[in-house]
Amino acid sequence: MTSVEKGFDTVTARRRCLQYRRRILEISQQVTALHVAPAFSCLEMVDLIYHGLMRPSPKGLTCGFQDSFLMSKGHGCLSQYVLLEELGILDKKDLQDYCTPVGQLGAHPDFGVPGIEASTGSLGHGMGIATGMAYADRIKKDDRHVFVVLSDGELQEGSTWEAIMMAANLNLHNLVAFVDLNDFGGLARMSEGHPAFYPVLDKIRAFGWEAIEVNGHDAGAMYEGFMGRSRKLPFMIVGKTVKGKGVSFMEHVPIWHYRSPNKEEYAKALMELGEDSL
Amino acid sequence: MRNTFADVFYEAGKREKRLAVVVADISPAGSIQKFREDFPERFVNTGVSEQIMIGMCAGMALRGLRPFAYTIATFTLFRPFEFVRDDLCYQNLPVTVVGIGGGVTYSTLGGTHHAMEDVAVAGAIPNLSIIAPCDPAETKAATLWCVDQTRGPVYLRLGKAGEPNLTEQAGPWEFGKLRYLRKGHDVCIFSYGPIMKLALEVASFLEQKGQSVSLISAHTLKPLDREGIAAALTQHQRAVVIEECVPRGGLSGQVKEIASDERIDCRINAFTLKDEFIHCYGSHADLLSAHGLDLQTISSRLKVV
Repeated sequence: MTSVEKGFDTVTARRRCLQYRRRILEISQQVTALHVAPAFSCLEMVDLIYHGLMRPSPKGLTCGFQDSFLMSKGHGCLSQYVLLEELGILDKKDLQDYCTPVGQLGAHPDFGVPGIEASTGSLGHGMGIATGMAYADRIKKDDRHVFVVLSDGELQEGSTWEAIMMAANLNLHNLVAFVDLNDFGGLARMSEGHPAFYPVLDKIRAFGWEAIEVNGHDAGAMYEGFMGRSRKLPFMIVGKTVKGKGVSFMEHVPIWHYRSPNKEEYAKALMELGEDSL
Repeated sequence: MRNTFADVFYEAGKREKRLAVVVADISPAGSIQKFREDFPERFVNTGVSEQIMIGMCAGMALRGLRPFAYTIATFTLFRPFEFVRDDLCYQNLPVTVVGIGGGVTYSTLGGTHHAMEDVAVAGAIPNLSIIAPCDPAETKAATLWCVDQTRGPVYLRLGKAGEPNLTEQAGPWEFGKLRYLRKGHDVCIFSYGPIMKLALEVASFLEQKGQSVSLISAHTLKPLDREGIAAALTQHQRAVVIEECVPRGGLSGQVKEIASDERIDCRINAFTLKDEFIHCYGSHADLLSAHGLDLQTISSRLKVV
């Protein structure tokens, strides 16, 4: 399955994501705690945003992009860091120095770091900032999209719904959000502890957004959904994902929200992330 | 103050196209309504959603606009506290958070609408400047400063409507500098915000008792003019602080701290709100009086013969 003829090469994207997963695991060996699994669940979304959706900037805005990206689920930022490294916006050394006193990258994105457009980490902030950005772009008549990746846990924050409602009130069709619906907060399964949270898609639509639900690891489906949007309303892709996607013993296991793999686990994970896994 | 703010903001909005106001379901007073009519795109009402009022201001500032968040002080600062902290202050964005009804100005609305600790709360956040004008004239100067500044986030603490002008005879207003409303040599009185009216009464009382009094508007509470305060403490034998703020985290403690740090031998009397919520209703003066902030209580405690 490929969307290459329609503008996004999903085969190459899968290859990139495999390398990103390996790189994230490599970084995980430098620190005792980080967010591997939440980065793995949104990796295809972040890759699609940078490689398929963000338009290169003729004016050199925001690290070479005309559009903006906010990692509202800040704890998933390793996925963004590896993308920014690959794009040359961050250096290899930046990632080597991750979470150390000589580096500039921490476990949550920090405004001012190249490629990071807002400080996130506290959940429920990204959507409001994105709404303000998208509104400012509209009144300034700047042709810019604002892309946001939200976690499902973040949809439990009232502020996220305040912003979702406001973005619809303002009819911000330049705002595009992805929900990384991996079914886990830091503690447990959302569907078990908070069944009233579902269905998500209906709620988003009820708040005045155009929304679709697809497999959040299927870049082709997300790309086609984005291209097929009406461009009249703010648009959300609810992506059903697997927390820890790609490494069998990490998938759906809450401890990997925080933990770094030990040497044995690291080796095992790399085995699973070989070329033959594509 | 509120109307002066609105008038100044509207006029500034005509020349400064980046100026915008984001309100959370507060009826736009005076010229803010005109701003809304003349510049509809630069007026946003988020409804009763204060977190997003602040979040949107951050996003708009990141795009180069100069947003002001505007509602009652408890709802611009307390309700969305972490958004003020993270979105505005941590990112150091030039957004002005306007708190109407700072202190206990909303004297009939009950404790939920009292911002007794606003200065203390705002003062604890890095990067956040605090300006508390004492009258419409200072409000005008402070608002104009906020419109053009690029320093970072500001908490602009206002009263409501109808305050008298007290500073017409004073020198020019300058951000971060004490302002002498009158200058004497025995006692200096520090105050800020609408309670300056009471400070003026206390000054007159002391003068009737033969004291030579300096009356000082400490309108910029952060960054505080520490040098100016040290100089005032050095030049007077006695200092009085009158503020509409809880006992800790406001101006009083800082004045004492400066005296201690600089080893200045100056007797200091502080009059603040108590560390207690207020459960009574009445005029602004009635509420202040409930916490001992009235001329009779202060004058008796000053024990001037």
